[in-house]
Amino acid sequence: MTKIYFRAGLLTLTGIFLAGCVTINIYFPAAAAEKAADKIIEEVWQLKKPEEGVQDADKPAPSQPSMQPAQPAQPLQP
Amino acid sequence: MRNPISRLMLLMILLPLSFAGHTAADIEINTPAIASLKQSMQQRHSQLEPYYERGAVGLTHDGLIAMRDANALPLSARQPVNALIAAENQDRNALYREISRANSHPEWEGDIRSTFGQRWIDLARPGWWYQAPNGSWVRK
Repeated sequence: MTKIYFRAGLLTLTGIFLAGCVTINIYFPAAAAEKAADKIIEEVWQLKKPEEGVQDADKPAPSQPSMQPAQPAQPLQP
Repeated sequence: MRNPISRLMLLMILLPLSFAGHTAADIEINTPAIASLKQSMQQRHSQLEPYYERGAVGLTHDGLIAMRDANALPLSARQPVNALIAAENQDRNALYREISRANSHPEWEGDIRSTFGQRWIDLARPGWWYQAPNGSWVRK
């Protein structure tokens, strides 16, 4: 009889432990949120296409943080 | 491990573990409300883009946009650009709210907003302006 009580107690403790685990799991998934944000921003700003193609026509100012430094604009001029 | 109670306990341990791993994996963004907000923002972006490049409009640190330099615009353009900014911010606020709601965690809205705030800035083109956390404007 005491064995049954012991097991019932153990079961209850396990239940409490698991409930605790589930509660702890409700944190903000920062990495997943970042990925979701990137996906939405890429769609809204349509970033995928210009990356594959050529980035041109938007270079108004001389002071730019250079992303691709070595890109000879006119390689050969006769 | 032969008796049913032990098995049940093992099941109770293993089942939620797999479930926990699953729920932490990703964020739901495929809902009709989010899709229509995305579409409306995408259409508006072609109108806003020249103003980002000119520095008239910049990205704020809290995931919205704002008029940075009205003097970069002719007088006649200021009112329409202000209207564009207001409409864009309305959509952005709705987007953050919808994402938190779609994931059944309305309390995440602030976190989602700040995640987006950072990513809009990170993905912005060189030359666009954004707001640093202290409120000053920085050219990317």
